[in-house]
Amino acid sequence: MPAPPLEVSFNELKHLVSSRALEGDTLLLNMGPQHPSTHGVLRLLLELEGETVINCIPDIGFLHTGIEKNMEVKNYLQALVMTDRMDYLNNIGNNLVYCLAIEKLVDLDVPPRAQAVRVILTELQRIASHLVWLGTSSLDLAAMSTFLYCFREREIILDIFEMCSGQRMMTSYIRPGGIWRDLPDGFEEAVRQFLRLLPGRLRQYEALLTKNPLFLDRTRKIGVLTAQEALRLGVTGPMLRATGIAFDLRKAQPYSGYDQYDFDVPTATGGDTYDRYLVRMEEMRQSLRIIEQALNRLPGGAFISDNRKFVPPPRA
Amino acid sequence: MDLEAVVQDLQSELGPAVLGVERACGEIGVLLAPQRVPAAAQRLQERHGFDLLIALTAVDYWPDEPRFALVYKFYSTSANALFGLRIPVPGTAPEVPTLENVFPNANWHEREVYDMFGVRFAGHSDLRRILMPHDWEGHPLRKDYPLGYEEVQYTFNFDEIDRRKPYATE
Repeated sequence: MPAPPLEVSFNELKHLVSSRALEGDTLLLNMGPQHPSTHGVLRLLLELEGETVINCIPDIGFLHTGIEKNMEVKNYLQALVMTDRMDYLNNIGNNLVYCLAIEKLVDLDVPPRAQAVRVILTELQRIASHLVWLGTSSLDLAAMSTFLYCFREREIILDIFEMCSGQRMMTSYIRPGGIWRDLPDGFEEAVRQFLRLLPGRLRQYEALLTKNPLFLDRTRKIGVLTAQEALRLGVTGPMLRATGIAFDLRKAQPYSGYDQYDFDVPTATGGDTYDRYLVRMEEMRQSLRIIEQALNRLPGGAFISDNRKFVPPPRA
Repeated sequence: MDLEAVVQDLQSELGPAVLGVERACGEIGVLLAPQRVPAAAQRLQERHGFDLLIALTAVDYWPDEPRFALVYKFYSTSANALFGLRIPVPGTAPEVPTLENVFPNANWHEREVYDMFGVRFAGHSDLRRILMPHDWEGHPLRKDYPLGYEEVQYTFNFDEIDRRKPYATE
């Protein structure tokens, strides 16, 4: 008996392509799942008219790992370590939202020091994530040097995470009620050094890209989303802000004490790839501002709640 | 924004389809009969400015009946408010009308709920599995779906376990 095909056959997707493609007017091109720029995470069936993509049928789920199913048989603390593994660019952020959900459900108070540390680390994580975005997307436009520079800076952030949690990526540092351990010696100095370093480096990236005609040609007026479309499609984050809507959950519904920090929500109006680039670059600067403020007034005291119903007692 | 007024408006608009009001953890929503979901969503979008469908998922209460509950969360960017809908769905032939015509992003959310829970969406334009392979059997997030695993092969029992694996019998 021959093995059944692993991927969806074209017949099952036929109703999604236009009739022009079936007549041979436009070209159908299969991209992925094994393609250098998809990293094996998705397959796209593209409909091309010349060099313009006019239709795209995504086939996702290649990295679906059943985390929700696995969590069904784990307790809250055991399931925490799986939240790191959902997304290799936002481990701390996933730790945080998971813990925020638990804290909201059981009404658990988080000490101010833990709140500030959470803000510092998630903002560092945002920068690390944006650096990977900037590096890989400019790599796809053949800007190899930007890619290498971004990963060099990202490594500094991962070193800071390793300092705190012992792991570069699978941190599990944020726990329900606070953080795993108090900050290690040298943390503040390491973060301050990074704060001094990054603004200059961001200027270097911008010198390479912002006015580069090759970059402009391939980002301006590409992938345009209007505000109305973005809302109807449920788009949030920098993509929504690049269409002109200044919606940021940190301002709209502040958590972890974001209301104490002074920062702007960068927006743009064009809604194209270039505007999304501008928004994300500015977001990194705003993240630096938040980190600096949080570091300057980092409160002392407990780093995790002492509610013994939810937080394990100290070991020693 | 006065969310209690939204609840009252839905109650007067949809009448007996509103089965109850739910308040939990500072959030508010209504319990709604499955058939009126698109009407309620449209009312929320057009009258009350809830312009973003931020979550659509399901919960399985097996073996209780009604077995499933669909959970919808709407957000209003202008009023910075969150509103929920909760839809009880029976365990046999679960079906709910699609929300695709009101919020296009419901398309993928509904495919995921169908894939994971087996709840069907009437009128959906493309109700295929989205995450699991297209020939998968069963719906993994149902509570009666076993948590499967693969036996770990070591050097000393590699062949023995290999013979038991499904692909070996082809």
